[in-house]
Amino acid sequence: MSTIKAYRRKLDLLGRVDLSHGAGGRAMAQLIAEIFHKALDNDWLRRGNDQSVFEVGAGRMAMTTDAFVVSPLFFPGGDIGSLAVHGTVNDIAMSGAQPLYLSASFIIEEGFSLADLARIAESMGAAARETGVPVITGDTKVVERGKADGVFISTAGVGVVPDGLDLSGDKARAGDIVLISGSIGDHGVAIMSKRENLEFDCEIRSDSAALHGLVANMVAAAGASLRLMRDPTRGGLAATLNEIAQQSRVGFRLDDAAIPVKPEVAAACELLGLDPLNVANEGKLVAVAAPEAASAILDAMRAHPLGRDSAIIGTAVEDERRFVQLKSSFGGSRIVDWLAGEQLPRIC
Amino acid sequence: MKYVDEFRDGELARGVAEALARIVRLDRDYRFMEFCGGHTHAISRYGLEDLLPSNVRMIHGPGCPVCVLPIGRIDAAIRLAKLPKVTLCTYADLMRVPASGGASLMKAKADGADIRMVYSTLDALRVAEAEPDREVVFFAIGFETTTPPTALAVRRAIEKKLDNFSIFCNHVLTPAAMRAILGDRGGVEIDGFVGPSHVSAVIGLRPYGFVAEDFGKPLVVAGFEPLDVMQAIVMLVRQLNEGRCDVENQYGRAVVSEGNKKAQAEMADIFELRETFEWRGLGCVPASALRLRDAYAAFDAERRFAIETPSAKDNPACECGAILRGAKRPHDCKLFGTVCTPETPMGSCMVSSEGACAAQWTYRRFDARAA
Repeated sequence: MSTIKAYRRKLDLLGRVDLSHGAGGRAMAQLIAEIFHKALDNDWLRRGNDQSVFEVGAGRMAMTTDAFVVSPLFFPGGDIGSLAVHGTVNDIAMSGAQPLYLSASFIIEEGFSLADLARIAESMGAAARETGVPVITGDTKVVERGKADGVFISTAGVGVVPDGLDLSGDKARAGDIVLISGSIGDHGVAIMSKRENLEFDCEIRSDSAALHGLVANMVAAAGASLRLMRDPTRGGLAATLNEIAQQSRVGFRLDDAAIPVKPEVAAACELLGLDPLNVANEGKLVAVAAPEAASAILDAMRAHPLGRDSAIIGTAVEDERRFVQLKSSFGGSRIVDWLAGEQLPRIC
Repeated sequence: MKYVDEFRDGELARGVAEALARIVRLDRDYRFMEFCGGHTHAISRYGLEDLLPSNVRMIHGPGCPVCVLPIGRIDAAIRLAKLPKVTLCTYADLMRVPASGGASLMKAKADGADIRMVYSTLDALRVAEAEPDREVVFFAIGFETTTPPTALAVRRAIEKKLDNFSIFCNHVLTPAAMRAILGDRGGVEIDGFVGPSHVSAVIGLRPYGFVAEDFGKPLVVAGFEPLDVMQAIVMLVRQLNEGRCDVENQYGRAVVSEGNKKAQAEMADIFELRETFEWRGLGCVPASALRLRDAYAAFDAERRFAIETPSAKDNPACECGAILRGAKRPHDCKLFGTVCTPETPMGSCMVSSEGACAAQWTYRRFDARAA
């Protein structure tokens, strides 16, 4: 007696995600195997469990979670897949930790193109391989049309913190220096240039990148002098420094002329009525450090390809009101505030 | 950035500041109103007041279209948005402006009204084209700068035979507001005006003739870069010192005295003067706003949907009115920075980035001199 070999048609990448892809049956198993496992392949995923088991060394771990809902899903310099890897790795790395593993949950809208889903998964896999931080567990859900916008990705990440390192947003002290790892506003402008209704031609690409290598350089050069690091994503440099000012109970004084902004980004912001200080970055970090380590840290940053344009942009000062102030090259001084509401182009 | 950085050059600014310090007379004060919120924003952002002699004072004017829109018009927009089948397209600045009873377009949207944020009139037109079953209303606001694009949208809608597109017209006129401020007898003392260059790019210089002729005040039309504003202030000081009051053009880069005739003709064809229009702060100002001509009544949302726009009361503690007339400064308002901040605005001047309160709060709240 012979059994008929089960027939399974290959996933049609010209097709679309339907509700069966999230229903827990064969269609879902096929989607996971042919798109996610293929793109993100590693030893843990190959074992096919609902969780992954890994060794933990001695010392302290860092953990983070993040969600990605970027629109458009594909933008100059990246897409939601690579962004999810970079963003999560960076959140871990800002503690000074070496990122180890990621998880990823996909919430997919019914009707989403399978080819686009594969493209996103492949980009995510490529980013994970490049950064050396694998995605070792995941989940897939499909929701009815209109209940999501294409695809959302939720991640978690873990890493291990080097002994003796304790970076935290409340550690800035008056007299400390503020550094940025390169030009600001690239990611936000790249996204806006592709937004529906706002499309404009520009050469700007997102700076989306994993910063753990840069961080390792900085920790090796002057770990003991580092107070804190943070990646200025949503809300830009302005929001990040205001957060730190609140946490550390200090003010900041920045020098406008020292803050790197690409001319194309400055021009796009000018046109849209935006301030680059409020525009998102995905491959930059802000560091606050003891002043005596300024040149050691700056040299270490500039020695890394992702920190080539690093600069010292200001200092922490005593200020009960915790203002972030900017000395403009025009001569006057002004407050750099959080942004209220959405960042909006001018209307007149 | 070429053609921009030159006008933000710190060294040149110090040079102009020194020149200004040399020419100001010490036996008098100079009180200049920058009419436009764009200038207010530039002055705050670049810390221009730090560079001015102590007897030169800038008074913030009402030239912020979001700020001068009275509550009744926002209430009407919310009513429009709640009508069946209506999609209201608006600039995002208007979303957070407080309306009567704690309402706002933002809240109406959360309640289910179909309100969409657009970046231009043509975006609204595209929505109307793409969704023929919706009644698309564009919430048109602004001074003479944003009026020609609205006229163009009406023209395009006619060409495309769109019968589901209309305009909730709130376009207002700069010279009329200036006349109201100058004619306000217990009002603030003003020695001269900095006029907005983008308005003059459309209307030219002539409509300001009355400022000099009827009221004896100088006016200088100026660009929006900080050096433009500095130079305009120097020009105003010179005029006063020489006993002159003329309408002068600092912004020769784009403004010619007759303005943009094509834009003017388009506006004149589509719009007519309203007899009167309510402004926040200035009250009802005669011949200060536009509406669609009868020939285009089908595109006028007020007539199409028979929407009334009764006047509504501001929050009694809110000083936006006096601030818009230049009679008070943001710090004079009890609400400023206490319960009224850009996150939780009580008045319109705190909503728009061009509002005097928002500019003061965002860039200059450390400035004790402004208190």
